[in-house]
Amino acid sequence: MNVPTMADMMAQGKQPEVLFWVGAAGSYDDRAKKISRAFVKILHQANVDFAVLGTEESSTGDAAKRAGNEFLFQMQAMMNIEVLNGYEVKKIVTCDPHSFNTLKNEYPSLGGKYEVFHHTQFLQNLISEGRLKIDNTTLKGKRVTFHDPCYLGRANEVYESPRNLIKRLGVNLTEMKRNKSTALCCGAGGAQMFKDAEKGDKEINVLRTEEALETKPQIIATGCPYCNTMMTDGIKFKEKEAEVLVKDIAELIAEANNL
Amino acid sequence: MQYLPNMFFALALIVGIGFFVMNIRKLFRNIKLGKDVNRTDKKPERLKNMIKIALGQSKMVRRPLSGFLHIIVYVGFVIINIEVLEIIIDGLFGTHRIFQGFLGDGFYGFLIATFEILATLVFVAVTVFWLRRNIANIKRFLSKEMKGWPKNDGNNILYFEMVLMSLFLIMNATDISFQQAGVGNPISQFLTPLFNSFSPEAIHTIERTTWWIHILGILVFLNYLYYSKHLHILLAFPNTYFANLNPKGQFTNLESVTNEVKLMMDPDADPYAMPEEGAEETVPEKFGASDVADLNWVQLLNAYTCTECGRCTSACPANLTGKELSPRKIMMDTRDRLEEVGKNIDANGGTFKDDGKQLLNDYISPEELWACTSCNACVEECPVNIDPLSIIMDMRRYLVMEESAAPQELNMMMTNIENNGAPWQYNQQDRLNWANEE
Repeated sequence: MNVPTMADMMAQGKQPEVLFWVGAAGSYDDRAKKISRAFVKILHQANVDFAVLGTEESSTGDAAKRAGNEFLFQMQAMMNIEVLNGYEVKKIVTCDPHSFNTLKNEYPSLGGKYEVFHHTQFLQNLISEGRLKIDNTTLKGKRVTFHDPCYLGRANEVYESPRNLIKRLGVNLTEMKRNKSTALCCGAGGAQMFKDAEKGDKEINVLRTEEALETKPQIIATGCPYCNTMMTDGIKFKEKEAEVLVKDIAELIAEANNL
Repeated sequence: MQYLPNMFFALALIVGIGFFVMNIRKLFRNIKLGKDVNRTDKKPERLKNMIKIALGQSKMVRRPLSGFLHIIVYVGFVIINIEVLEIIIDGLFGTHRIFQGFLGDGFYGFLIATFEILATLVFVAVTVFWLRRNIANIKRFLSKEMKGWPKNDGNNILYFEMVLMSLFLIMNATDISFQQAGVGNPISQFLTPLFNSFSPEAIHTIERTTWWIHILGILVFLNYLYYSKHLHILLAFPNTYFANLNPKGQFTNLESVTNEVKLMMDPDADPYAMPEEGAEETVPEKFGASDVADLNWVQLLNAYTCTECGRCTSACPANLTGKELSPRKIMMDTRDRLEEVGKNIDANGGTFKDDGKQLLNDYISPEELWACTSCNACVEECPVNIDPLSIIMDMRRYLVMEESAAPQELNMMMTNIENNGAPWQYNQQDRLNWANEE
């Protein structure tokens, strides 16, 4: 798969339209890597001139910050900002709401000012510019429910772009009881992904999965690699993996367009 | 002798309001124990927020039943103050229903009729609130932080309002000239027959007695506020005005850390350099928060504003799954500790004397703090824009940066970020491998 890096671009004296910030999950996690690849396929189809940092990318520091390690966060941020500013990056797109939030909101006061998009916003823009079309026949009629990622929804009030994309798939979008600003967390945010949950009587991802299952979905759509993992685990816990798929919106679009 | 009631009234008013002002000054002093944070920018947006959320109750109605009932009580409270104004003037000058002559029977009747209807609606609403709180088994009223004073406080307020509304209606019902005028008594006229067997003197005594208890009750209630979660009726306004306007996901970048990190990353910086002559020595402050004085004044204002309604806790994913964290408890603990610190300052002639306690551990446990997913559900839910998450984060920062007391798995995660640029133990050189798999 052709994934150009900023270093390649620079060597050729080119500046891409947008930097794809892959994020640690999108780079290393087997499930999330599929989301990265699906998104790149769509970018290719829409002829988007993009590049990644590749081995020059490092953790945004989101997990460290939310775990309380402001030192580590700011060190990561400043290193990343140095790289990004070195390449004169203006526009960034990412499939990870945590990277999205951090790059968009927390980097500016440390000297990193960019236009940052979540991939659902970016794809929505491509559609309104007429650069991307979504085939609404492949997944037609499927029952889909969308789980709002906290760091996309409540944290940045992006509720509509993922829903608009899902509707364009020709599917039947049903909402969970808790949705948009009242959506329930998947349980991974705030660095919980990297530790055992505190003692309780249930796992958060199981509760959220139960809420999703109440809508009798065939597909649970996500827009965050961590939500994806948590919901996938929840579905396995409920032994529903034969009936219900957990897919990122980028994967659904790639599938709809036969990419 | 005939001025005795007036003088007594004036005295009650002065004592009641004086005591209230004294407590409010203490409140200001306690809030100012917090660190400074600039919330004076974007004034139009702040004003708009206050009008929409505090005055307009826009976030209350997200839960339609309690929201609707709350609006009745709120509107009743605001409007009935016109009646209180009349009572104060009457009390001070020995007049009787001074507005009646002043406004004319028609308009005055309309006003009092409105108050009577509102008073009745408030009575009904407050009764439903009482039933919800005590009978209906609503989970957020039964949490463990709602035992003892918090529970009694909630009920006291409801009893107070029931009594005040009843007194107002009985006062009108036993006001013979008011009933004879027959304007503005749509509710009290039905209470009048209850007193038919009484002599006119007895009825007059009842009227005077209820009048006095009503106004004294209001003064007592005013002073109850400081000791109660009911303080929100005043603080909701500044609290929504000074609330955070940034995106909820944007956490503060600690400036003290930025300076240290810049120094660390600057190849030209001399780590052994002495501070320049005359330069103010910058003693690095404590990182994060372990006690109330480490929080900022908005967080402390938040604590005083909290009504303990528990909407935050009932939306908290950690709490919903049985974990120790309750955002409401975080706010209640912060207020309790702040009150304790305030009393300590009062007892020690204006300075805080170390009492060997702090907010962390003595009130809030690390287990609660580590259960938070930072999902912002509590912040979103709060009807008056309180931000429990910011307190949780500041305390995590203290745990990690001052105490190195993160859970072991998080320490591993952080070591991985430091060494490999990812929370997992992968080689940074493999970061683009995903592109060529499949």
